[in-house]
Amino acid sequence: MNKKLIEMWAPWILLVVLILLWQILCSALEVSEFIFPSPWRIWTQFLEFKGIIAAHAWRTFWVTMVGFGIAIVVGVLLGFVIGSSRLAYAAVYPLMTGFNALPKAAFVPILVVWFGIGVGPAILTAFLISFFPIMVNIATGLATLEPELEDVLRVLGAKRWDVLVKVGLPRSMPYFYGSLKVAITLAFVGTTVSEMTAANEGIGYLLISAGSAMQMGLAFAGLLVVGAMAMVMYELFSVIEKHTTAWAHRGSQGH
Amino acid sequence: MTTTVHDDKAAPWFVDFQDVWLAYNEQLLQQNHFAVEAIDLKVRQGEFIAIVGPSGCGKSTFMKLTTGLKMPSMGKILIDGQPVTGPLKISGMAFQAPSLLPWRTTVDNVLLPLEIVEPYRSQFKAKRAEYVERARKLLQKVGLGGYEDKFPWQLSGGMQQRASICRALIHEPKMLLLDEPFGALDAFTREELWCILRDLWTEQRFNVILVTHDLRESVFLADTVYVMSKSPGRFVVRREIELPRPRDLEVTYTQKFSDIVHELRGHIGAIRQTGAHTTA
Repeated sequence: MNKKLIEMWAPWILLVVLILLWQILCSALEVSEFIFPSPWRIWTQFLEFKGIIAAHAWRTFWVTMVGFGIAIVVGVLLGFVIGSSRLAYAAVYPLMTGFNALPKAAFVPILVVWFGIGVGPAILTAFLISFFPIMVNIATGLATLEPELEDVLRVLGAKRWDVLVKVGLPRSMPYFYGSLKVAITLAFVGTTVSEMTAANEGIGYLLISAGSAMQMGLAFAGLLVVGAMAMVMYELFSVIEKHTTAWAHRGSQGH
Repeated sequence: MTTTVHDDKAAPWFVDFQDVWLAYNEQLLQQNHFAVEAIDLKVRQGEFIAIVGPSGCGKSTFMKLTTGLKMPSMGKILIDGQPVTGPLKISGMAFQAPSLLPWRTTVDNVLLPLEIVEPYRSQFKAKRAEYVERARKLLQKVGLGGYEDKFPWQLSGGMQQRASICRALIHEPKMLLLDEPFGALDAFTREELWCILRDLWTEQRFNVILVTHDLRESVFLADTVYVMSKSPGRFVVRREIELPRPRDLEVTYTQKFSDIVHELRGHIGAIRQTGAHTTA
């Protein structure tokens, strides 16, 4: 009981310890606030600019969510196609792996040429970086079906579609929610990276302009806000996952 | 087969294999490499047969042929008087792994076939309550009363296997195919399930084809036991089990029972020996 309580609080305790250590080092070594701001400095800057930060954070948030939404739709559809057809799997999967290996930040200049500075490149970068894990996980969930179960259903006259809907899709749900957790954090990375060069709004833009104005405290505050947003979304999907696919987390069939 | 069936030719066989051969693909067919060979099999309506043999002897292939999941390369298969042309909806199957769906409750798992097979499928929404009632009755019959709304991962292995058999029977198939259904269970649970299967069969008189490598199981349950040889898969022995019914677990401790088991064991031993000689 006591152990569990400690486990629950452990990350918070660690966080406080790290912040204290950081503060002590900064104060003791008299590190310049322009080079490496102390937590206290970041906090005061955060309070001072909270209106501006909030506006940029909101922009980054909704842009990320739009990109992530597109990633879910495209990822699920593509995953469904390549998971349900062996031929499509063979054809699409290697290309997708190659595509996934490309650094998505390198797409930003191209997207700027196509869509101009603003929302377009950020949404698309968030999408490009986050649809892959969703696709792969849906496909994996669909493709792993016990042959015996398939026989049981096929003998009853089940069509491929029946098997996919009754067995494949529910089975891939835990994989799907698992991938959402990974994908949402990636989507925030995509948006921020894109905003750094191709936007006049958003946390990415704030980071660049604060940096060039030597306002390191503000830049750090912006970083922390992105991190916090990604963590909150991660936890949200984690909760949804636990509530919708509880069966997958209790040690399934007894063999 | 060493023994040919000389019964009345006009008898309406329920399962009728006429010199059936199966090679898994064209290439193997050209090399004359067959998974099962020269299968002649005549099964009466409502008969319980068991197929025993060393593992990898084509027992599962035989099941796929019987259910129409595989078409023979040569020969003819008639089930219930009709030539087999595709998957046979009048059959229910259960395997060693219960393969229940973990996100469905036990009763919903049992209902799954009714969501797929006609004519139930098109009436499923309208008659759902009736079907649920039927599934619950069936589950109670196999001793799963009170567990209907539990999830499979809350049940023991033996209970999952009972549910799996219920799933195979819910659409009232004329033929039940079991592929080593009790293979993964402990000895006591296994005997318990033998009796449950015996009772279900006694009551409903569907045809059963039980694939197993437990000789005691085959002798206790079946009317007729077929011994299959390994590569090529052939039926080499047909043994009618003349033990009177109803059979009780006590029968497995009688001299007659062990004699039959012994005899079958001898056949299997002989097959294994010749197999070893040809490969050596």
